[in-house]
Amino acid sequence: MTYALMVQGAPYSQQASHSALRFAEALPAQGHRVATVFFYHDGIYNAASMMTPPRDEPHLLERWRALHQTQQCELLVCVASAVRRGLLDEGEARRHGHSHPTLEAPFELTGLGQLMQAALEHDRLITFAP
Amino acid sequence: MESKSILVVVRHPPHGSSWVREGLETALVGAALGQPPNLLFSGDGILALLAHQQRGALGQKGSAAMLEGLSLYDIEPLWYDRHSLEARGLDASQLIPGCQQASTADMIARHDVVMSF
Repeated sequence: MTYALMVQGAPYSQQASHSALRFAEALPAQGHRVATVFFYHDGIYNAASMMTPPRDEPHLLERWRALHQTQQCELLVCVASAVRRGLLDEGEARRHGHSHPTLEAPFELTGLGQLMQAALEHDRLITFAP
Repeated sequence: MESKSILVVVRHPPHGSSWVREGLETALVGAALGQPPNLLFSGDGILALLAHQQRGALGQKGSAAMLEGLSLYDIEPLWYDRHSLEARGLDASQLIPGCQQASTADMIARHDVVMSF
C-alpha cells in the first residue's frame, strides 16, 4: 500500500515527528511505502533547512531527506503555515525581500489542495499530531 | 481524482491555538476541489460551535464567521459529538444554527479518510 502522512507536530518539541519518521521508515519492511508527507501546523518546522541539532541527537531533517531518497516520497509543506512562521523557499524569500531561503529541496511549498489530493490518491492517510 | 468520503474532525477549542482555523481551511479546500468533507466537532472542539463568539486571543481571525460561511460551500450540517456536548454541561440550544448530533465512532467508521485537527 502507499501511505500519506500528515505531520502536525514541531520537531524536538513533541513526539509527532519522531513517530511519523519511525512509522515511515518501517513501511518498506512490511511491503509498503510512504508516497507523500504533508507538513502542516508546527510540523512545517521539520523542513527548516538550517536545523542544527547537537550531534548526539537525531537529525530529523536528514532523516526526512533520507526518506525522500529511499522511498521517493514527496515532502510537501503547507505554504500558508510555513511563510507566516518564517520558512521560505528561494522564490518566496525573494518575493518578500529576504536574502536567504530557509527551506530548500527536497521539501516543496505547496497548498492544502495537495494534502487533499494525497488523501484521495493513496491507500491510507495517517495523522501525526502533538 | 478518485472519490472518497472525507471526515474532518475538530478536537481543539476555538481560542488559544490555530487548530480550529486550520481544520476549517482544510475542509474548505476539500469543498473547493469538489469533495466537500463532513465536519465533526468532538471533544473540546465542540466549544467552537457555541453561539455569539468574538475574536480569539491570538489576534487571529475568529472562527465564528468561517463557520457561518461553510454552508455556502456545501459543508453542512455541522456535526457535533453528543457525548462531548453532554460531558461539558452544554445543551444543543446553545450552539449556532445548522448543527446536528452524531457519534464520533460512527462518523469515523463511515468515512474513507479521517483528518484530525
